[in-house]
Amino acid sequence: MKPAVRPEVKPESKPEASRPQAKPAVKPSDVIEREKVEVVQKEEKPVAEKITIGELHLSGCTGCLVTLADNYEGLFKLLDNYADLVYALTLVDVRHVPEMDVCLVEGSCCLNDKISVEELKQARAKSKVLVAYGGCAAYGNITRFCRGGQWNQPGQEAFVPISEVVDVDLYLPSCPPCPQAVRNVAVMAYLLLKGNDEQKKLATAYLTPLMQLAQRGNEACGCDLMYDVINQGLCMGCGTCAGTCPVRAITMEYGRPNVNRDLCIKCGACYAQCPRSWFNFDVMNNYEGIMDAIKGAMQ
Amino acid sequence: MDVLGNYKSVIAARSTDKDILKKAQDGGIITTLFAYALEEGIIDGAIVAGPGNEPWKPEPMVVSTKAELLAAAGTRYTISPNMSLIKEATRSYGLDRVGIVGTPCQIQATRKAQLYPIGMRDVDDKIALALGIFCMENLSYQALEAIVEDHCNQKMESVRKMDIGKGKFTVYTERGAVSQMPLKLIHKYVQPGCNVCLDYVANLADISSGSVGSPDGWSTVFVRSTKGNAVWDGAMKAGYFETKPMDQVKPGLDIVKKLATEKITKNQKNVDARKTAGLKADGTPKGLRNPYVSP
Repeated sequence: MKPAVRPEVKPESKPEASRPQAKPAVKPSDVIEREKVEVVQKEEKPVAEKITIGELHLSGCTGCLVTLADNYEGLFKLLDNYADLVYALTLVDVRHVPEMDVCLVEGSCCLNDKISVEELKQARAKSKVLVAYGGCAAYGNITRFCRGGQWNQPGQEAFVPISEVVDVDLYLPSCPPCPQAVRNVAVMAYLLLKGNDEQKKLATAYLTPLMQLAQRGNEACGCDLMYDVINQGLCMGCGTCAGTCPVRAITMEYGRPNVNRDLCIKCGACYAQCPRSWFNFDVMNNYEGIMDAIKGAMQ
Repeated sequence: MDVLGNYKSVIAARSTDKDILKKAQDGGIITTLFAYALEEGIIDGAIVAGPGNEPWKPEPMVVSTKAELLAAAGTRYTISPNMSLIKEATRSYGLDRVGIVGTPCQIQATRKAQLYPIGMRDVDDKIALALGIFCMENLSYQALEAIVEDHCNQKMESVRKMDIGKGKFTVYTERGAVSQMPLKLIHKYVQPGCNVCLDYVANLADISSGSVGSPDGWSTVFVRSTKGNAVWDGAMKAGYFETKPMDQVKPGLDIVKKLATEKITKNQKNVDARKTAGLKADGTPKGLRNPYVSP
């Protein structure tokens, strides 16, 4: 875990005289003082070029947050080299929404809960890039089916995708989102904010469709495959939607998806994963280079 | 990008395995490559178009033996949604190294699943070998039935082999009959999604293969990625293929390029036409959705 607040004075720049001298400890405070300085020195350098990321937890199941951790050693690599986690339930000991580069918002927003609405607005005001992280934040997901009357907050029944309350820059749908997707977005966000011109260009091209997805609207359903792919004459029956659906609501019947709408949780994965929702050749044609670059960045 | 995509080498090739050649559509490239990759442990299993429950209707299937591969060999001119098993193969089947064969669009879907793994948890680094097949267009099963039963006048279950070549769709039956129809008549049966496809030779595959460009019984092979190159070199060294340089076979690479250019030019026109398909109240054109621009 990294300290959320950077020390204002770099230890290296301290005058020699003010540093604790290596002499036998005579009282406990001598020892404590020296240890503190060493810890700060160790942390100082790699922090400099990182971006800051936070996770705001609204009405979700914490699956999105767990997904972040499901990058396993990749998460440590991300936190060591590319991003500081400055805000996250249970993972960071920070109570109020801080300033950050990228804010991942998990869960839909309960309009009956003033704190949720307030924190979401703060997150928008204090972050450069606001990401609807997961199906609930992006599309409502299973909270779309909420009708209230549940213990222990029977009065809470109005849940909306976060874009009903604040402007959202980028969508990362599915329930839960994929650890590798958030990893890729984190690396690309780092390149966008800290990279050279070429890296910025790549990151922009990569992130564009996810930003367009945020502009497309906040309603998702297996029906999207009908409305925006098959009805538009674009489906070629590759089966990606059936393969990606987290609840196995989609089967392929005679080369077309058949959605069991009673099973569909409205997470948005099928449409976002469909190669005919978007297919950006400028990025895809370079798949080998990009995958190698991400792999290299994570080593 | 060129209409033939990026590739390291292109050759005419044929499997050296007699069992595979007996069942194969042309040179048996895909089946042999998977057999080699399974043998060498490059893949633990492959997603292929296996036999389905109706004649000539393929069913996506995860296979891990040569016998299963042989049962799936040969072309079925209809849709096999192989991508539907991509996550399943790494989860229920527990494969760490997955092979997949697909049409160009399915390989595009594979690459999108790797670069943008929205709902494809732990899939991206498990795709060990993506083999592409040349594809001009595809047919629904019902369309294939109409072609074979109505136009060619043969029963689906009596067909031994179907083939497309030299401007004709040909059906060979078990009892030796041969029925043909001109390819031109097939176009009305093509699934609409194929009309916006801008890839003929599976540009994004590790290795792609198809009959066009090579003599009968041989296939044209594009070796594309670093991964594909390593697999191809290994298979060649192990004697799985015999090859001929592309410039020494007839009809050669030019016909591949010609067909690729034709397909992409025609379909690019279709994509562009979608922009002005409708009419707004102010008299300006109203467009249909363009997947190459935005979701």
